[in-house]
Amino acid sequence: MNTRWLEKASATLGISGFGFFIFSVAAMALGPVVMLRKVPMQTVEQISQNVIPDFYDLLVRYPDEFKKYFGDPGDPPDEAKMRQYFAEALRLGRKVYIAEGCWHCHSQFVRPLADEQLRFGPTSWAAEHQNELQLPPLFGTRRVGPDLIREAGVRSNDWHAAHFYNPQAVVPDSVMPRFTWFFEERKTPYENGVKIVPNKRGLAIITYVQWLGSWVRSPAEGAPLTASGAEDSGQRTLSMNR
Amino acid sequence: MTDRATTHPAPLAPSGAGERPLVNLTLVKYHIIASLVWFFVGLTGGFLFSMQFFRYYPFPGVELLSPGRVRMVHTNMMAYGFILNAYFAGMLWAIPRLTGFPILSDKLGKVFFWGWQVILAFVVGGILTGHAQAVEWGETPIFTDPFIALWALLGIVNLVAPILKTRGRPLYVTLWYFTASFVWTILNYLMGNYIPQFFVPGAGGAAVAGLFIHDLVGLFVTPIGWGLMYYFVPSILNRPIWSHALSLVGFWGLAFFYPLNGVHHFLYSTIPMYVQYGAVTATVAVELVVTTVIVNFFMTLRGMGRTLVTSLPIRWFYTGMVAYFTTCLQCAVQVQLPVQQIIHFTDWVVAHAHLVMFAVFGSWIMGFFTELWPRLVRRPWKSRALLEWHYWLTTLGIWLMFLTLTALGLQEGYLWRGLNPWEDMLRSAIPFWVFRTFTGLMIIAGTVVFAYHAWATARQPAPAAVAERVEGAEPAAL
Repeated sequence: MNTRWLEKASATLGISGFGFFIFSVAAMALGPVVMLRKVPMQTVEQISQNVIPDFYDLLVRYPDEFKKYFGDPGDPPDEAKMRQYFAEALRLGRKVYIAEGCWHCHSQFVRPLADEQLRFGPTSWAAEHQNELQLPPLFGTRRVGPDLIREAGVRSNDWHAAHFYNPQAVVPDSVMPRFTWFFEERKTPYENGVKIVPNKRGLAIITYVQWLGSWVRSPAEGAPLTASGAEDSGQRTLSMNR
Repeated sequence: MTDRATTHPAPLAPSGAGERPLVNLTLVKYHIIASLVWFFVGLTGGFLFSMQFFRYYPFPGVELLSPGRVRMVHTNMMAYGFILNAYFAGMLWAIPRLTGFPILSDKLGKVFFWGWQVILAFVVGGILTGHAQAVEWGETPIFTDPFIALWALLGIVNLVAPILKTRGRPLYVTLWYFTASFVWTILNYLMGNYIPQFFVPGAGGAAVAGLFIHDLVGLFVTPIGWGLMYYFVPSILNRPIWSHALSLVGFWGLAFFYPLNGVHHFLYSTIPMYVQYGAVTATVAVELVVTTVIVNFFMTLRGMGRTLVTSLPIRWFYTGMVAYFTTCLQCAVQVQLPVQQIIHFTDWVVAHAHLVMFAVFGSWIMGFFTELWPRLVRRPWKSRALLEWHYWLTTLGIWLMFLTLTALGLQEGYLWRGLNPWEDMLRSAIPFWVFRTFTGLMIIAGTVVFAYHAWATARQPAPAAVAERVEGAEPAAL
């Protein structure tokens, strides 16, 4: 068999260079895209229609910072304004999550394996990643820390604030770095008192992490969850073990 | 076909001759130096980041040196700084010799060289100031991406010109790999950096990103590495590659199956299962193809095993090939779904990545640096002992790192599987992580030895024969 034609630049450039590459994209990447075409990508504006309770909690805990960085929603908080601020916080939170490389140590999908379901919660499904905040997808390939796609509401805002400021203060064996630049000092009326409070990036990253998986947390769509309403069919029995 | 490659490289064209020399030695030298400089940047990044794992990071609370950002500098500088510069050095040497034509333009080569280093500096700056992009191996900030694509294209135009001047004659194996890789790299870079960033979210985007992660290794780093092996191994051994037929099988097998592998980085994810199964099958197929290539190279060495002792470049090359066979065999095993259940998300994968990127391609690069440097500075290596130190420190370092992290990966996987508290995994991992940093230090030490040795060799007085020839020109410079 004469194979000399396989050794010419036209064959290596054309068939293997373009041909095989395009075939691989068609087979391996176009497939998923076509299969998911009926699940439209949600925009941040659509997502932010359901403001998570933790975002209201941030307003209560850090009112000065919240008003300084996002705006004053009034009292009682104006829902339209809160939705607008929530969208802003989600966008910035994801930006911070990417800038700091969080996704290199935390994945964002639960595999269909018994131990992961017990530890994290329900297995991921394709539609929950079909949104603007998964552009590019933040699946991750490594878990130095736990998966975060079911993180919503597992821990309080205070826990997250303390943890971002100094992870070892709340999880002594953690190897997570400190993110002190998510915080600023605020003078308190007390004697020589300063308080460490989250700045805009801090509020945003807490909002983003508390949002991850909030769609699983709420039993009725859009209904804010109260502290007593955290019943979710035993999925979180092991959550403190994460 | 093989004759041109198998002849030992011709004597260097005298500099300053009226005719344009075949190989632009200055460019080759510059790319080697730049490659080593970025290699040190990457090594420093990896070393610093590794200390975070046992909480001895030297700059806690410094935003610009946040461990998460430094990690991305580590991986990106290894790929685009160390490996890409080294590959350009190798290709600038090999392509003119294989085709008989010099690169398109020496000026363009210079523009590419300096432009590329400036782009890399911007990439480092961009990542450290928080502008990274969330695509693995493509964290290069989005504003640098068009420049990277454009500059890569410039470099490729320069290198592809001599190949096209052969006017449709059959090419030597090396050039099959190079030409295909030129197309793949550009297409892949544009696909991976733009489609998941702007157009396709979630599972579809992850499928594209998976292709990109894998293609960067499989369609840029691997083929150019193999191309260089097909050039340097026969030329140093002074004998042709054992089987031309196996060369054909190896190239076309890799070209067909490698691009189909990508999704195996996201097994058990929400990407449709048929794609995942396809990727697993293609990965096993790649292992079969790789075996043919490995057999071909080891048969080329038959009866000449002694060169592994006498020739440092040959030893580096075959050490890399053993690592290559190991990683590929490992691939075929670890993509199996039951194995994935345990090892995915663990340090096993980190071990695998280091083995493939450094124990394979790093060894090959160090091998042809060892081969080329004396020719570029026109002086023999100063010390055999230092060459050995470089080899043993680096090789032991990377293999110990691989073994440590592989063992740790299994431990992590089983601890998670057993539903142990997360912190149990961290506590039990720290001794491994400490040792990992130590193995990294061995690699750094080996590289320092090499860099010093290269500098000391270049500073030596010229050997008599060469000195006579250049004496009239500028004896002071020697």
